[in-house]
Amino acid sequence: MELMEYQGLVLAYFLILTAIFVSMHQKAGLEKQLFYGSIRAFVQLMVMGYLLLFIFNLKEFHYLILTLLIMAVVSGQMSAKRGEGVPDAFRIATGGIIIGSSVSLGILVAFGIIETEPRFIIPLGGMIVGNSMYASSLSLNRISSELKARRMEIEVALSLGATSRQAADRSLRETVKSAMIPSIDSMRTVGLIHLPGMMSGLLLAGASPIEAVKFQLIVVYMLTSAVSITCMCVSLFAYRKFFTKNHQLVFISSPDLSNRKGRMSKSQK
Amino acid sequence: MDEKIIIENVCQEKGVKILDNISAKVYDGEIFSIFGPSGSGKTTLLRLINRLDEKTSGHIYLDGVDIDEMDVITLRRRVGMVFQLPALLPGKVYQNILFGPGLFDRSKRDDTALALRYLKLVGLDEELLDRDGETLSVGQQQRVSIARALANEPGVILMDEPTSALDLTATLKIEELIKRLNRELKVTIVIVTHNIEQAVRVSDRSMLIVRGRKIEEGKTKDMLKNPKEELTEEFISGHLEEVR
Ligand SMILES: Nc1ncnc2c1ncn2[C@@H]1O[C@H](COP(=O)(O)OP(=O)(O)OP(=O)(O)O)[C@@H](O)[C@H]1O
Ligand SMILES: [Mg+2]
Repeated sequence: MELMEYQGLVLAYFLILTAIFVSMHQKAGLEKQLFYGSIRAFVQLMVMGYLLLFIFNLKEFHYLILTLLIMAVVSGQMSAKRGEGVPDAFRIATGGIIIGSSVSLGILVAFGIIETEPRFIIPLGGMIVGNSMYASSLSLNRISSELKARRMEIEVALSLGATSRQAADRSLRETVKSAMIPSIDSMRTVGLIHLPGMMSGLLLAGASPIEAVKFQLIVVYMLTSAVSITCMCVSLFAYRKFFTKNHQLVFISSPDLSNRKGRMSKSQK
Repeated sequence: MDEKIIIENVCQEKGVKILDNISAKVYDGEIFSIFGPSGSGKTTLLRLINRLDEKTSGHIYLDGVDIDEMDVITLRRRVGMVFQLPALLPGKVYQNILFGPGLFDRSKRDDTALALRYLKLVGLDEELLDRDGETLSVGQQQRVSIARALANEPGVILMDEPTSALDLTATLKIEELIKRLNRELKVTIVIVTHNIEQAVRVSDRSMLIVRGRKIEEGKTKDMLKNPKEELTEEFISGHLEEVR
């Protein structure tokens, strides 16, 4: 790519110098952060670039799967941090992300919509996993606060003979709803308010606008499906942790649960 | 008289001892009150009877069957519960009343005739049926939650301080309702109260618990007139509060 000679990259770095100048002029005191931030971005992206180059050269399918799995586990870990108070958050998040991502990516591959080449699978997989992670965090966070807030309501339902699932029904519904709304909103506004980065990238790389749009649509549908599956799985896995097999709500603050949490975080380390 | 509920050496521990070796009997068709100072373990004991919580040791029998051997859903349908605060479920009054029956028979979810029957049974007006639960007074809400528990046709209803959010007039009316339901439906009622006068007004027999221990069990009037234990006397004279 002629556009991106290293020479050009060095010249582009002058842009950061202008930002440093602005910071100095306005006494914002951000010079150091700007400097280190720009170096960090450089290093991270270069590492990523060479890593991708390496992965793209591994033509074997199982390496692709392995890469995707690693992405899922890492984002599962990130997401679990948002789910403090949910026992087994790491396993739940990772499981949900893996299921959501593989179903939607799997459908695309199975129907032959995208090829199983690293240059498709890796970036798409990254997007899917990233969005699933976001959905998983939202779900984990929401389900525990829903159950907590609806404690009375849930115990009333249980006392009337509801199963844990029936008693948690409203909490589950609210959780899935709140976790899906961001992606529905972004589906509705795509092209109106923002041009997605990926589409801009395709246009820059010389694809025709219609080609770019088609691809973008596939991506939007794929992400929406991944997000919905992930948040459904995560909330269904997570709510169970708050109930015993005898349909008893385990109080979030009770010693039982915090012990379990303690044990889990230890075993994770 | 048959024993409806037998409580046998029940202990509950959660870091600290909450219930210590409680045994008691509740007879079929009676109103039985559990009274005692705040924090003595009354709510805890009640929640063990329909297994909203798990006991540490001991046995509870319903109609002679160990509740641990029963399906927990079946148990809860046979043992209704009225909580301290009414806690109506989001939605209309009739949806609240029909929640229990609707869990097992979808067609009953909109059976307003059924809902109306229970609404009238607890002395509420027909026009409340379609109202949003939140728009009711606390006393009305508590009646709805009694109707909601009754709609499962339980043999026993557990009530945890059902009048603590009400003023005296409303309290007396609910007490009347409790006695009437007990008489008309032959439903056994276990009522928790920290108020000895309420225990006397509504219940045939009572048990006093203090610090998780049973102090005395017997006919409520006898306990009041001739307390066998010193702690009972203390509680009656109002010198036993906040023991924890
Ligand atoms: N999950 C729990 N973990 C630890 N202690 C608990 C738990 N639940 C209840 N307790 C303790 O057990 C004791 C009995 O509580 P319980 O709610 O049964 O009292 P009570 O007799 O119903 O009091 P009140 O009249 O105030 O409602 C209290 O000291 C309470 O702090
Ligand atoms: Mg209580």
